[in-house]
Amino acid sequence: MAAAMTQQTNAAPEHVEYVLRLADNALILGQRLSEWCGHAPVIEEDLALANISLDLVGQARLLLTHAGNLEGKGRDEDQMAFLRVERDYRNVTMMEVPNEDFGRTTLRNFLASAFQVLLWQALANSSDGELAAIAAKSLKEARYHLNHSSEWVIRLGDGTEVSHAKMQAALDYLWPYTAELFAANPTDEVIATSGVGPAWRSLEAEWEALVLPVLAEATLVVPARTPFKSYGKFGRHSEHMGHLLATMQYMQRTYPGARW
Amino acid sequence: MERKEWPLWEIFIRSRNGLDHKHCGSVHAPDARMALQVARDVYTRRMEGVSIWAVRAADIVASDPDAKAELFDPAEDKIYRHPTFYQLPEEVNHM
Repeated sequence: MAAAMTQQTNAAPEHVEYVLRLADNALILGQRLSEWCGHAPVIEEDLALANISLDLVGQARLLLTHAGNLEGKGRDEDQMAFLRVERDYRNVTMMEVPNEDFGRTTLRNFLASAFQVLLWQALANSSDGELAAIAAKSLKEARYHLNHSSEWVIRLGDGTEVSHAKMQAALDYLWPYTAELFAANPTDEVIATSGVGPAWRSLEAEWEALVLPVLAEATLVVPARTPFKSYGKFGRHSEHMGHLLATMQYMQRTYPGARW
Repeated sequence: MERKEWPLWEIFIRSRNGLDHKHCGSVHAPDARMALQVARDVYTRRMEGVSIWAVRAADIVASDPDAKAELFDPAEDKIYRHPTFYQLPEEVNHM
């Protein structure tokens, strides 16, 4: 991986935080999807999941490099990806929960990519030029991820009794975690007024407009909102995160500075 | 339990505008839309294409391999069907 090109030290901490959330969402979901490599139900889907995973890791590389530059402490993408501690990761909790089965994996890809499509669309006009360029590239990828996962959600939800039951269980499990995407927080408010990007909660109505019709076509019942809250984007992760990081960071922790 | 296999789809990729779609392989997929999706992931990951056709393998009418002799062998000694007996002008190269 390439070393940091430029150093920008005058970025607001909220700016770094916001870019890290984008980066870590991509990185951690990419890591989860990589677990499917060689294990998907059919070889065609094995390739599709690996492709999506690599798209996300590619986005994470650009975003982590950018976050490292904004931060100005000389950390490159490898240090950002592999040498932070759990509390410093800013992905929403939904990205780190286990794959469980193909149904939950697909549904998470669907819920996440619908959000990312909206986010990248908005960020294509960011006052942060580098972020706008990354958004324009990532938008095409996210659109495909949304397209691919939507087709699956419909076919599995409106499929056999077993596939429907698995998809409904996946939705019941994942839905509470989606509330975190839209939870108000000071970072988003600062960012929204600065022109860097939208407050995530401003995307909720659009996200529901994207997601709900597909879930309805899949004959899935959307659970009612509950008081459940998750806090991954504030650095407070679920019990699954430590295990994920142990796997992901193993090589860099064991052979510091290893490259290939 | 009845075992249901997904149908086979033959995949044709156009590598550049202006070129023909060429057969490149096949995929299993439950329906036409998914066939295009998986073909995209299997066959265009390295920028091999700008357009994809998917055709249900069952819809392709193929010649009978056992009829190879009667179909193709008779052409063997009809060398006059090749346009090799014409004197080409100098200016026409690469024929």
